[in-house]
Amino acid sequence: MSLKDHSSILFRESRPDEGLRKAVGMKRVDIITAVRESGLKGRGGAGFPTGVKWNFAALAQDTVKYVVCNADEGEPGTFKDRVLLSEKADLVLEGMAIAGRAIGAREGIIYLRGEYDFMRRHLEQVIASREAAHLLGESILGLDGFDFTVRVHMGAGAYVCGEETALIESLEGHRGEPRNRPPFPVNTGYLGHPTCVNNVETLALAARVIALGAEAFAKVGPASSTGTKLFSVSGDCARPGVYEFPMGISIEDLLREVGGEEAKAVQVGGASGTCVPRKAFTRRLAFDDASTGGSIIVFGPGRDMLRVARNFMEFFDEESCGQCTPCRSGNRVLLEGIGKLEQGCCSLSHLQELQALGETMQLASKCGLGQSSPNAFLSIVEHFKDEILARQGA
Amino acid sequence: MNTESRMNPDTSRAPVSQKPQVVNARADENAVGAQVRVSIDGQEIKVPLGTTILDAAKRLGVHIPTLCHHADLCSAGLCRVCVVEVEGQRALQASCAYPITSPLTIKTHTRKVRNARRHIVDLMLSEHVGECYTCSRSNNCELQSLAKEMGVVNFRFGQRTERRHQTDTSSHSVVRNMDKCVLCRRCVRTCIDLQEVGVLEACHRGSETTIETFRDKPLGEVVCINCGQCINRCPTGALRANDPTEEIWRHIDNPGKHVVIQTAPAPRAAIGECFGCAPGTPMTFEMNSALRLCGFDKVFDTNFTADLTILEEGTELLLRLHRALVQGDREAALPQFTSCSPGWVKYLEHFYPDYIPNLSSAKSPQQMFGAVIKTYYAQLHELDPKDIVTVALMPCSAKKFECNRPEMVDSGFKDVDYGLTTRELAQMFKEAGIDLPNLPHSDFDDPFGSATGSGVIFGATGGVMEAALRTVIEVVCGVQVENLFDHADIIPVRGFDGIRYVELPIREVGPVIPMFKHLVGDWDWLKGATLKVAVAHGTANAKKVMDDIKAGGRFSECHFIEFMGCPGGCIGGGGQPIPTSPEIRAARAKAIYGEDRSYKIRKSHENPAVLELYEKFLKEGPCGHLSHKLLHTHYTARGAFMA
Ligand SMILES: Cc1cc2nc3c(=O)[nH]c(=O)nc-3n(C[C@H](O)[C@H](O)[C@H](O)COP(=O)(O)O)c2cc1C
Ligand code: SF4
Repeated sequence: MSLKDHSSILFRESRPDEGLRKAVGMKRVDIITAVRESGLKGRGGAGFPTGVKWNFAALAQDTVKYVVCNADEGEPGTFKDRVLLSEKADLVLEGMAIAGRAIGAREGIIYLRGEYDFMRRHLEQVIASREAAHLLGESILGLDGFDFTVRVHMGAGAYVCGEETALIESLEGHRGEPRNRPPFPVNTGYLGHPTCVNNVETLALAARVIALGAEAFAKVGPASSTGTKLFSVSGDCARPGVYEFPMGISIEDLLREVGGEEAKAVQVGGASGTCVPRKAFTRRLAFDDASTGGSIIVFGPGRDMLRVARNFMEFFDEESCGQCTPCRSGNRVLLEGIGKLEQGCCSLSHLQELQALGETMQLASKCGLGQSSPNAFLSIVEHFKDEILARQGA
Repeated sequence: MNTESRMNPDTSRAPVSQKPQVVNARADENAVGAQVRVSIDGQEIKVPLGTTILDAAKRLGVHIPTLCHHADLCSAGLCRVCVVEVEGQRALQASCAYPITSPLTIKTHTRKVRNARRHIVDLMLSEHVGECYTCSRSNNCELQSLAKEMGVVNFRFGQRTERRHQTDTSSHSVVRNMDKCVLCRRCVRTCIDLQEVGVLEACHRGSETTIETFRDKPLGEVVCINCGQCINRCPTGALRANDPTEEIWRHIDNPGKHVVIQTAPAPRAAIGECFGCAPGTPMTFEMNSALRLCGFDKVFDTNFTADLTILEEGTELLLRLHRALVQGDREAALPQFTSCSPGWVKYLEHFYPDYIPNLSSAKSPQQMFGAVIKTYYAQLHELDPKDIVTVALMPCSAKKFECNRPEMVDSGFKDVDYGLTTRELAQMFKEAGIDLPNLPHSDFDDPFGSATGSGVIFGATGGVMEAALRTVIEVVCGVQVENLFDHADIIPVRGFDGIRYVELPIREVGPVIPMFKHLVGDWDWLKGATLKVAVAHGTANAKKVMDDIKAGGRFSECHFIEFMGCPGGCIGGGGQPIPTSPEIRAARAKAIYGEDRSYKIRKSHENPAVLELYEKFLKEGPCGHLSHKLLHTHYTARGAFMA
């Protein structure tokens, strides 16, 4: 796995467990304040401010709380959590312990993608050695009452189980399906207790925030999107791999780094993200512009964009949990529509119907999966309409 | 009515996604912050914290269409038909599943909302094999109504015509046609959450999602208790009862057959709903006329055998108590459980088979009647029992299974040939052009005549207990029930609370009346005792009671417990008109208790026809030799594990 080091926060050399050592000397509210002031936002895709989430969980009244590390990494084209967990597991576990202290949880769970089974032993070894070093377990670093244990729970291959409430259902042993919100997991989560679900990268970054201080972290990247971000770059480029860049980097700049200057389009954010055409490559990778949980898929000039759309829609048609109508059935209808487009028998008016349906799916689906599943289709239809319609009537 | 009685809030087996996600309203509605302001389509209202948008809209008289929502079930928020726009939120929100915890401004029919609803209904139609002409739910289908309401004029996203599933007719009670399923999961929630049986579950993902049984086995081979509650809550024709009307018409048309029908109390309180009457409009005597018009040779009242059940089951209870209290027999299985609800009986056979000895061995009224018709009645009218066809009009789908139990042939023939539901009979009337509500009244046929009020109240939860208590009190205490309870209405056992517990001290005992002389010498051994009884309806509540008994809790100290498989008892049975709701069931119960009041004779042991049956036919009194042969039965330990 290649990892290119740039103004790095995560991968720079640093003293081990610096953040945890500092956190032990800090009051809980100060930890949360630091995370909030750092501007750190969730790296799992939704970009929710981490300090705010921790604060909700800290305020929830319950003697039992949980920290869940979301390592389901199912978004097509994402593999940065995999690198982080295999190379920086200590940092992730450090972040979990800090989160535990901040919100008052004594138990942490890593929900590990089913296909990452090979990593399980490694993770459990790291957990064991951290316990031996009093970095996990009881009275962490000698601080009375700072108890925090972590266990690994395997997923079973459903993409939707990366959605935090479906993840919790799955943890409880049920079919992985999103719950209604409110109530949110920070109030009513795993086994009904307040649960803070964070992405692998978010937790690792939180540890760095405490180590470096909020200010130093906030200096990197634009105000809306502070810090660095791991990008999993794949597709038609010379140097695919996982990169750490400051937030706010433009697509152009990123493509130059990875050797993808020829690209005709870039899929930002995986299957649930949007397809950005060449003319918009000046856009920035940030929460308020082109937002991504890390997936960057580069499409070279020879790519058939309809095939790209088909590939994504097939994914959603299979991975929808099947619970709500717009997603379960809408994805099938969009996929059928792509079939018609391929055969050159989709009328313009039907295409418009499909676009309107896509909007409904974005608005009315129950969870983020259905709400984002039409994105790829809609953006491809919008930006590559001529290419797509070239087959009609041909 | 309080909502607790209809839901099952602390159910243990339902996944959280299928449990009510409630934000608890503050107990004191006047406390600061216990009420929130909400504006819906420009109208303002204050509601208790945690009220859903849908409920708030209802209070304002604003209609929001729904499909997966059902008054008896926890909200799932998954069909998305009820979405509305909440100011400040990008996505639309499912109003049925959105608890209001802060002031909100809501719009229920903006362009976005209308488009979304229309799309959702279009999508449902695209996965539904819509064969409205041939569907049992045509004109009573929520999908059909929604399509109309949304102004659907074409199949925008296509219409499925090819069948993907085989219709499952393996069950005597419930037929599943999954091609008509729109995946609202009301059946799933009914089965696991309302009934705590858990036969149905969503399987597979994406567009392959289906509702399946364990390993997709036929319904007839799994732990389904046949209660039919899922049918009552299915919005489409995906679930229906196994319909025998064609065969019944054939027998009616056959001059060689003598077709008799017995009618249970609950259908008459509900069948009017199929003809546009308000729930709770009693149709007893109109229905008698209608049945004769249909061509049934005799119309009997199941209440006759309900009274008989009370005598047999009540006697059995007194005998068990005698064994336990006087003979010190530890084997006497107490508490005794009622056995008239076939859904409950099968539930116990599956999930608590160790407690089969506690079930009363008395048959249900339906099965007693079948056995009596094909013996006593056949003799009386010099009919060959093989030419008699017995039909039972029941509010119940499990009765279809019950009459097919292999042991139910004590007359030498199949005691009851067909269980017919309220819905199916309404359909027969319609087919025959019978305008039920406007028919003249007529009475039941002899020799069984009209029964007593006690028989009638079997139709509502607590009714069997009340009927039994009326008789036991009079027989044992030698006093009029009216001296203890005004108008003989034993109010404490009535109502819709999921579980009721009542204690009745026996202060005085009376002389043994002739009917019981062969069984006991006196009642002195009951003097000073306290009779402890309980009532539970819906198997989720039954489960709570059973678990308590297993754990040695207070219900294990009871002497007699009435269990009904369905919420509300028979009035809420799986064969009753659709829709059902707590309000509808309450109205039906009111009709039942109203009918009880109108009877001159209201106690089972005073039913002259029953007394005559004992005198002329059964000879030995309750629990005698012939009673045992014809009126009692045995059960099968089934267990919950399927191969
Ligand atoms: C369909 C779907 C899949 C998701 N998959 C993941 C995932 O694999 N990993 C992840 O961290 N978050 C995933 N998320 C986002 C989570 O729901 C949640 O927002 C996130 O774990 C919160 O952590 P963060 O605030 O640290 O980003 C997914 C969301 C959806 C709707
Ligand atoms: S949007 Fe899709 S994945 Fe999410 S609840 Fe609905 S069907 Fe399931």
